[in-house]
Amino acid sequence: MKTRIYVTLKNGVLDPQGKAIHHALEGLGFAGVEGVRQGKLIELDHADDVSDADLDAMCRKLLANTVIENYRIERG
Amino acid sequence: MKSAVIVFPGSNCDRDLAVALRDVTGSEPAMLWHRETALPDGIDIVAVPGGFSYGDYLRSGAMAARSPVMRAVAEAAERGVPVLGVCNGFQVLTEAGLLPGALMRNAGLNFVCRTIALKVENAQSIFTSGYAAGEEIRIPVAHHDGNFTADEGTLDRLEGEGRVAFRYAEPVNGSARGIAGIVNAAGNVIGMMPHPERMIGPEHGGSDGRRLFEGLLEAVG
Repeated sequence: MKTRIYVTLKNGVLDPQGKAIHHALEGLGFAGVEGVRQGKLIELDHADDVSDADLDAMCRKLLANTVIENYRIERG
Repeated sequence: MKSAVIVFPGSNCDRDLAVALRDVTGSEPAMLWHRETALPDGIDIVAVPGGFSYGDYLRSGAMAARSPVMRAVAEAAERGVPVLGVCNGFQVLTEAGLLPGALMRNAGLNFVCRTIALKVENAQSIFTSGYAAGEEIRIPVAHHDGNFTADEGTLDRLEGEGRVAFRYAEPVNGSARGIAGIVNAAGNVIGMMPHPERMIGPEHGGSDGRRLFEGLLEAVG
Protein backbone atom coordinates (compact mmCIF):
# COMPACT_ATOMS: atom_id res chain seq x y z
CA MET A 1 0.00 0.00 0.00
CA LYS A 2 1.24 3.47 -0.87
CA THR A 3 0.81 6.62 1.17
CA ARG A 4 1.82 10.06 0.04
CA ILE A 5 2.98 12.64 2.53
CA TYR A 6 3.12 16.23 1.43
CA VAL A 7 5.37 18.48 3.50
CA THR A 8 4.94 22.22 2.97
CA LEU A 9 6.25 25.32 4.67
CA LYS A 10 3.83 27.02 7.03
CA ASN A 11 2.24 30.26 5.90
CA GLY A 12 4.40 33.22 6.76
CA VAL A 13 7.64 31.23 6.69
CA LEU A 14 9.94 32.74 4.08
CA ASP A 15 10.59 30.30 1.22
CA PRO A 16 13.71 31.48 -0.63
CA GLN A 17 13.62 28.46 -2.95
CA GLY A 18 10.01 29.17 -3.90
CA LYS A 19 10.94 32.79 -4.57
CA ALA A 20 13.82 31.75 -6.84
CA ILE A 21 11.47 29.46 -8.80
CA HIS A 22 8.99 32.33 -9.10
CA HIS A 23 11.69 34.58 -10.53
CA ALA A 24 12.71 31.90 -13.00
CA LEU A 25 9.11 31.49 -14.19
CA GLU A 26 8.87 35.25 -14.68
CA GLY A 27 12.17 35.11 -16.58
CA LEU A 28 10.59 32.58 -18.93
CA GLY A 29 7.81 35.06 -19.61
CA PHE A 30 4.99 33.38 -17.67
CA ALA A 31 2.79 36.16 -16.37
CA GLY A 32 0.16 35.93 -13.66
CA VAL A 33 1.95 33.67 -11.17
CA GLU A 34 1.48 35.42 -7.85
CA GLY A 35 3.61 33.24 -5.62
CA VAL A 36 5.47 29.92 -5.51
CA ARG A 37 5.99 27.69 -2.48
CA GLN A 38 8.22 24.65 -2.70
CA GLY A 39 7.50 21.57 -0.66
CA LYS A 40 8.30 17.88 -0.53
CA LEU A 41 6.48 14.72 -1.51
CA ILE A 42 7.46 11.63 0.45
CA GLU A 43 5.99 8.36 -0.79
CA LEU A 44 5.82 5.44 1.59
CA ASP A 45 5.33 1.87 0.43
CA HIS A 46 4.04 0.01 3.46
CA ALA A 47 2.06 -2.90 4.86
CA ASP A 48 -1.73 -2.53 5.00
CA ASP A 49 -1.79 -2.71 8.79
CA VAL A 50 0.33 0.42 9.36
CA SER A 51 -2.12 2.59 11.26
CA ASP A 52 -3.08 6.20 10.64
CA ALA A 53 -1.67 6.98 14.07
CA ASP A 54 1.68 5.49 13.04
CA LEU A 55 1.75 7.55 9.85
CA ASP A 56 0.98 10.67 11.83
CA ALA A 57 3.72 9.85 14.36
CA MET A 58 6.22 9.36 11.51
CA CYS A 59 5.41 12.86 10.26
CA ARG A 60 5.68 14.46 13.69
CA LYS A 61 8.84 12.63 14.74
CA LEU A 62 10.86 12.83 11.55
CA LEU A 63 9.32 13.63 8.20
CA ALA A 64 8.19 17.19 8.97
CA ASN A 65 9.69 19.84 11.22
CA THR A 66 6.53 21.22 12.77
CA VAL A 67 8.31 24.43 13.78
CA ILE A 68 8.28 25.51 10.14
CA GLU A 69 6.36 22.87 8.17
CA ASN A 70 2.88 21.44 7.79
CA TYR A 71 2.17 17.94 6.52
CA ARG A 72 -0.73 16.26 4.81
CA ILE A 73 -1.18 12.50 4.63
CA GLU A 74 -2.91 10.93 1.61
CA ARG A 75 -3.44 7.30 2.40
CA GLY A 76 -3.76 4.61 -0.26
CA MET B 1 38.44 18.60 31.51
CA LYS B 2 36.74 15.68 29.78
CA SER B 3 35.22 16.51 26.42
CA ALA B 4 33.52 14.52 23.68
CA VAL B 5 32.92 15.27 20.01
CA ILE B 6 30.00 13.50 18.34
CA VAL B 7 30.72 12.09 14.87
CA PHE B 8 27.93 11.46 12.35
CA PRO B 9 28.27 10.09 8.84
CA GLY B 10 29.06 13.30 6.92
CA SER B 11 30.48 15.32 9.82
CA ASN B 12 33.50 17.23 8.53
CA CYS B 13 34.41 19.64 11.32
CA ASP B 14 34.72 16.99 14.02
CA ARG B 15 38.51 16.98 13.83
CA ASP B 16 38.68 20.80 13.90
CA LEU B 17 36.58 20.83 17.07
CA ALA B 18 38.71 18.10 18.60
CA VAL B 19 41.90 20.05 17.83
CA ALA B 20 40.45 23.22 19.38
CA LEU B 21 39.30 21.37 22.51
CA ARG B 22 42.61 19.54 22.88
CA ASP B 23 44.58 22.73 22.33
CA VAL B 24 42.67 24.71 24.93
CA THR B 25 41.93 22.04 27.54
CA GLY B 26 45.15 20.04 27.19
CA SER B 27 43.36 16.71 27.07
CA GLU B 28 42.24 14.54 24.19
CA PRO B 29 38.48 14.63 23.48
CA ALA B 30 36.62 11.34 23.06
CA MET B 31 35.29 10.92 19.52
CA LEU B 32 31.83 9.37 19.76
CA TRP B 33 30.23 7.62 16.79
CA HIS B 34 26.51 8.31 16.28
CA ARG B 35 25.54 4.73 17.15
CA GLU B 36 26.94 5.04 20.69
CA THR B 37 24.26 5.00 23.36
CA ALA B 38 26.18 6.50 26.27
CA LEU B 39 28.63 9.32 26.89
CA PRO B 40 31.88 8.77 28.83
CA ASP B 41 31.43 9.01 32.61
CA GLY B 42 32.15 12.39 34.14
CA ILE B 43 31.90 14.24 30.83
CA ASP B 44 32.36 18.03 31.16
CA ILE B 45 31.40 19.15 27.67
CA VAL B 46 29.83 17.65 24.55
CA ALA B 47 30.46 19.19 21.14
CA VAL B 48 28.24 18.56 18.11
CA PRO B 49 30.30 19.46 15.04
CA GLY B 50 29.62 21.03 11.69
CA GLY B 51 29.44 19.15 8.44
CA PHE B 52 26.66 17.55 6.48
CA SER B 53 25.36 14.78 8.67
CA TYR B 54 23.54 12.20 6.55
CA GLY B 55 24.17 14.41 3.52
CA ASP B 56 21.58 16.91 4.80
CA TYR B 57 18.96 14.47 3.48
CA LEU B 58 15.34 15.26 4.42
CA ARG B 59 16.42 18.43 6.34
CA SER B 60 19.78 19.57 7.71
CA GLY B 61 20.36 17.80 11.00
CA ALA B 62 17.07 15.87 10.96
CA MET B 63 18.47 12.34 10.78
CA ALA B 64 21.36 13.07 13.15
CA ALA B 65 18.94 14.47 15.73
CA ARG B 66 17.21 11.05 15.89
CA SER B 67 20.42 9.01 16.19
CA PRO B 68 21.04 6.89 19.32
CA VAL B 69 23.86 9.10 20.63
CA MET B 70 21.60 12.16 20.64
CA ARG B 71 19.36 10.54 23.27
CA ALA B 72 22.42 10.38 25.53
CA VAL B 73 23.31 13.98 24.64
CA ALA B 74 19.77 15.12 25.51
CA GLU B 75 19.97 13.33 28.87
CA ALA B 76 23.34 14.92 29.60
CA ALA B 77 21.99 18.36 28.64
CA GLU B 78 19.09 17.77 31.02
CA ARG B 79 21.60 17.08 33.81
CA GLY B 80 23.30 20.41 33.04
CA VAL B 81 26.30 19.18 31.03
CA PRO B 82 27.41 21.94 28.61
CA VAL B 83 26.61 21.16 24.97
CA LEU B 84 28.09 23.18 22.10
CA GLY B 85 26.58 22.82 18.62
CA VAL B 86 28.39 24.47 15.72
CA CYS B 87 26.86 24.90 12.25
CA ASN B 88 25.35 21.49 11.41
CA GLY B 89 25.56 20.91 15.17
CA PHE B 90 23.23 23.90 15.67
CA GLN B 91 20.85 22.39 13.11
CA VAL B 92 21.00 19.05 14.94
CA LEU B 93 20.25 20.68 18.32
CA THR B 94 17.18 22.51 16.98
CA GLU B 95 15.96 19.36 15.23
CA ALA B 96 16.45 17.44 18.49
CA GLY B 97 14.38 20.02 20.35
CA LEU B 98 17.28 21.03 22.62
CA LEU B 99 17.07 24.55 21.19
CA PRO B 100 14.04 26.39 19.78
CA GLY B 101 13.51 27.47 16.19
CA ALA B 102 14.76 26.00 12.94
CA LEU B 103 17.49 26.70 10.37
CA MET B 104 16.31 27.16 6.83
CA ARG B 105 17.97 27.67 3.45
CA ASN B 106 19.93 30.95 3.35
CA ALA B 107 17.72 33.80 2.15
CA GLY B 108 20.17 34.63 -0.66
CA LEU B 109 20.25 30.92 -1.67
CA ASN B 110 24.06 31.04 -1.78
CA PHE B 111 26.37 28.90 0.28
CA VAL B 112 28.20 31.51 2.37
CA CYS B 113 31.82 30.78 3.24
CA ARG B 114 33.81 33.69 4.63
CA THR B 115 34.90 35.33 7.85
CA ILE B 116 32.18 37.60 9.19
CA ALA B 117 31.72 40.13 11.97
CA LEU B 118 29.65 39.03 14.96
CA LYS B 119 28.37 41.01 17.88
CA VAL B 120 28.53 39.34 21.29
CA GLU B 121 25.06 39.96 22.71
CA ASN B 122 25.39 38.22 26.04
CA ALA B 123 28.75 37.68 27.72
CA GLN B 124 27.21 36.13 30.84
CA SER B 125 26.79 32.58 29.57
CA ILE B 126 29.35 29.84 30.22
CA PHE B 127 30.09 29.89 26.48
CA THR B 128 30.61 33.64 26.10
CA SER B 129 32.35 34.65 29.32
CA GLY B 130 35.59 35.07 27.36
CA TYR B 131 34.07 38.06 25.59
CA ALA B 132 32.74 41.48 26.54
CA ALA B 133 29.05 42.25 25.93
CA GLY B 134 28.63 44.31 22.79
CA GLU B 135 32.09 43.37 21.54
CA GLU B 136 32.56 42.75 17.82
CA ILE B 137 34.51 39.64 16.90
CA ARG B 138 35.42 37.89 13.64
CA ILE B 139 34.68 34.23 13.08
CA PRO B 140 34.22 32.22 9.83
CA VAL B 141 30.90 30.89 8.60
CA ALA B 142 30.40 28.14 6.02
CA HIS B 143 26.79 27.07 5.50
CA HIS B 144 23.85 26.76 3.19
CA ASP B 145 21.12 26.46 5.82
CA GLY B 146 21.88 29.11 8.42
CA ASN B 147 18.73 31.18 8.17
CA PHE B 148 17.45 30.99 11.75
CA THR B 149 13.70 31.20 12.07
CA ALA B 150 11.23 31.02 14.94
CA ASP B 151 7.82 32.51 15.66
CA GLU B 152 7.71 36.06 16.96
CA GLY B 153 6.85 34.95 20.50
CA THR B 154 9.89 32.68 20.63
CA LEU B 155 12.13 35.41 19.23
CA ASP B 156 10.84 37.89 21.82
CA ARG B 157 11.44 35.35 24.58
CA LEU B 158 15.00 34.65 23.38
CA GLU B 159 15.76 38.37 23.33
CA GLY B 160 14.01 39.09 26.63
CA GLU B 161 15.80 36.29 28.46
CA GLY B 162 19.22 37.27 27.10
CA ARG B 163 19.47 34.00 25.20
CA VAL B 164 20.79 35.53 21.98
CA ALA B 165 24.52 34.84 22.38
CA PHE B 166 25.74 36.17 19.03
CA ARG B 167 24.22 38.35 16.34
CA TYR B 168 25.56 38.94 12.82
CA ALA B 169 27.04 42.43 12.54
CA GLU B 170 26.57 42.25 8.75
CA PRO B 171 24.00 40.63 6.45
CA VAL B 172 24.81 36.91 6.04
CA ASN B 173 21.88 34.57 5.54
CA GLY B 174 18.58 36.28 6.33
CA SER B 175 18.39 35.02 9.93
CA ALA B 176 15.51 36.38 12.00
CA ARG B 177 16.75 39.47 13.85
CA GLY B 178 20.30 38.65 12.69
CA ILE B 179 20.57 35.82 15.21
CA ALA B 180 23.78 33.77 14.82
CA GLY B 181 23.74 31.81 18.08
CA ILE B 182 21.36 31.10 20.97
CA VAL B 183 21.44 29.32 24.31
CA ASN B 184 18.73 27.20 25.96
CA ALA B 185 16.73 28.40 28.98
CA ALA B 186 19.10 26.70 31.45
CA GLY B 187 22.11 28.27 29.71
CA ASN B 188 24.06 25.02 29.24
CA VAL B 189 23.28 24.38 25.56
CA ILE B 190 24.45 26.71 22.78
CA GLY B 191 23.92 26.51 19.04
CA MET B 192 25.75 28.79 16.64
CA MET B 193 26.30 28.88 12.89
CA PRO B 194 29.81 30.47 12.91
CA HIS B 195 32.80 28.17 13.50
CA PRO B 196 34.83 29.22 16.58
CA GLU B 197 37.08 26.16 16.09
CA ARG B 198 38.33 27.68 12.83
CA MET B 199 39.71 30.76 14.55
CA ILE B 200 41.91 29.50 17.36
CA GLY B 201 45.31 31.05 16.61
CA PRO B 202 47.43 33.24 14.38
CA GLU B 203 47.66 30.53 11.73
CA HIS B 204 43.87 30.86 11.36
CA GLY B 205 44.07 34.62 11.08
CA GLY B 206 42.92 35.30 14.63
CA SER B 207 41.90 33.79 17.91
CA ASP B 208 38.40 35.18 18.47
CA GLY B 209 37.05 31.63 18.38
CA ARG B 210 39.62 30.34 20.83
CA ARG B 211 38.23 32.69 23.47
CA LEU B 212 34.95 30.76 23.47
CA PHE B 213 36.79 27.57 24.43
CA GLU B 214 38.98 29.38 26.95
CA GLY B 215 35.95 31.04 28.56
CA LEU B 216 34.19 27.69 28.69
CA LEU B 217 37.19 26.01 30.28
CA GLU B 218 37.32 28.72 32.91
CA ALA B 219 33.57 28.55 33.55
CA VAL B 220 33.42 24.76 33.76
CA GLY B 221 36.77 24.34 35.50
